[in-house]
Amino acid sequence: MTIQDIQNDIVDEFSMFDDWMQRYEYMIELGKSLPLIEEQYKTEENIIKGCQSKVWVHAELEDDKLLFTADSDAIITKGIIAILIRAFSGQKPQDIINADTSFIDDIGLKEHLSPTRANGLVSMIKQLKLYAIAYQTQLN
Amino acid sequence: MFDVYKIRKDFPILSREVNGKPLVYFDNAATSQTPQAVIDTIVDYYSNYNANIHRGVHYLSQEATDVYEEARKKIRKHFNAARLHEIIFTSGTTHSINLVATGFSSILKKGDEIIVSALEHHSNIVPWQMLCERTGAILKVIPMNEEGALEMDAYDALLSEKTKLVFTNHVSNALGTVNPIKQIIDKAHAVGAAVLIDGAQSCPHIKPDVQELDVDFYVASAHKMCGPTGVGMLYGKEEWLNKLPPYQGGGEMIAEVTFEKTTYADLPHKFEAGTPNICGGIAFGAAIDYMNAIGFDTIAAYEDELLKYGTEKLLEIEGLKIYGTTENKTSVISFNIEGIHPYDIGTIVDKLGIAVRTGHHCAQPIMDYYKIPGTVRASFSFYNTKEEIDALVEAVRKAKMMLS
Repeated sequence: MTIQDIQNDIVDEFSMFDDWMQRYEYMIELGKSLPLIEEQYKTEENIIKGCQSKVWVHAELEDDKLLFTADSDAIITKGIIAILIRAFSGQKPQDIINADTSFIDDIGLKEHLSPTRANGLVSMIKQLKLYAIAYQTQLN
Repeated sequence: MFDVYKIRKDFPILSREVNGKPLVYFDNAATSQTPQAVIDTIVDYYSNYNANIHRGVHYLSQEATDVYEEARKKIRKHFNAARLHEIIFTSGTTHSINLVATGFSSILKKGDEIIVSALEHHSNIVPWQMLCERTGAILKVIPMNEEGALEMDAYDALLSEKTKLVFTNHVSNALGTVNPIKQIIDKAHAVGAAVLIDGAQSCPHIKPDVQELDVDFYVASAHKMCGPTGVGMLYGKEEWLNKLPPYQGGGEMIAEVTFEKTTYADLPHKFEAGTPNICGGIAFGAAIDYMNAIGFDTIAAYEDELLKYGTEKLLEIEGLKIYGTTENKTSVISFNIEGIHPYDIGTIVDKLGIAVRTGHHCAQPIMDYYKIPGTVRASFSFYNTKEEIDALVEAVRKAKMMLS
């Protein structure tokens, strides 16, 4: 599945809910399925800056695809990072670099996209893309 | 008779909706809302007498100067400063603290000691750390206890003839603790040290008398007390303000300028370089008038009622812990729910139209003391109601249900 296909799936899933509470509850649920980062990678340098809660992300290249693991001490943040990782993990670095992330808007999480929002969704997207750029350089 | 519903009509913003719900504004410790009287003052200034002050001979400039200086008089009276020129207009508390901290660069020597409290906002820590870097002075910390109060015995032990300066807040922004500043000031004076009190969080609730306190410096921001952002004040005893060198160079702060030598203006202008926030200063005066018309005793009594009600209701929620439990505190409730990140609670509560602050509240040392990432902070003002507190309690319950 392409990143776009996965994003469409996520948008479809979220469209089943008609109020924000259900959407948040689903997001919290998705947070529980997050591929958790190994303890050894929960280091200061793997913390994404710009988040009020702590978010750790680790990336590894398997063949030509990037696999992400993550964790957060806040449950909503964990849900957000789980959604992002579901869209990006197992994809080629170049595809991650090129990916559009406007689907976040479509699933009713627009407020989290503001760069001033302290949860740092924008920082998370940036960090995932930075990993992709780093590994793409390695592949070249 | 204090009628909160009548008071609420003075604040246009309180009738708006957020996320489809009536706004419940409980982030007053970050910034207070603005009454119509203050908004009108701002509009009147720009509509009728906007001009630069202390300079022009023309009519408008004179009028603006007169009203601006009138505001300084209101501030003097409010804080009961002995002299008008002991009131310096600044851009806010942070600016005021930096002005004093920079001035002390030429007074402190290597090995001198300055004392800070563990309950401070970063704004009352960092400028002094920078001062220590410049001068070689040593920063000492009055520790806090589990209740969120300062350990006064430890303070006694820190004081010595080496102590040159003590600075604490009057009220902690993160916990609401009212510090025993009179005691802090008297003890510092006994060893010959000067004292700066950060009044950013006290001034919305308490009317400080700087002469009675015998404090050397007292600083505050207008936007925490119904005024606009970007303006505040520094009270300094005349003898201290004369000792400190100017903070910034520019217009207004000079007596005479030649390329060989510039002489500085007298107080208060020595510290007011450049065109000030004229409208802000005038509106600050209007805000002080507004609050005094209600009366600080009335405000404090009502807010204390809200604090007691909120504390009682929130504590009914299982697993909820309040940080800052001293007898003497302002209407701030900082809390967490066991096993839930404060950010998560803040997010859900916001979706329900309630504005609270989450995070470390620019007071990381306090959070480190409690070993927590932050808290949810609800801070009440005299225009809040018990019904709004009920809405908060219900929202927190809902958040707990969703997040557990």
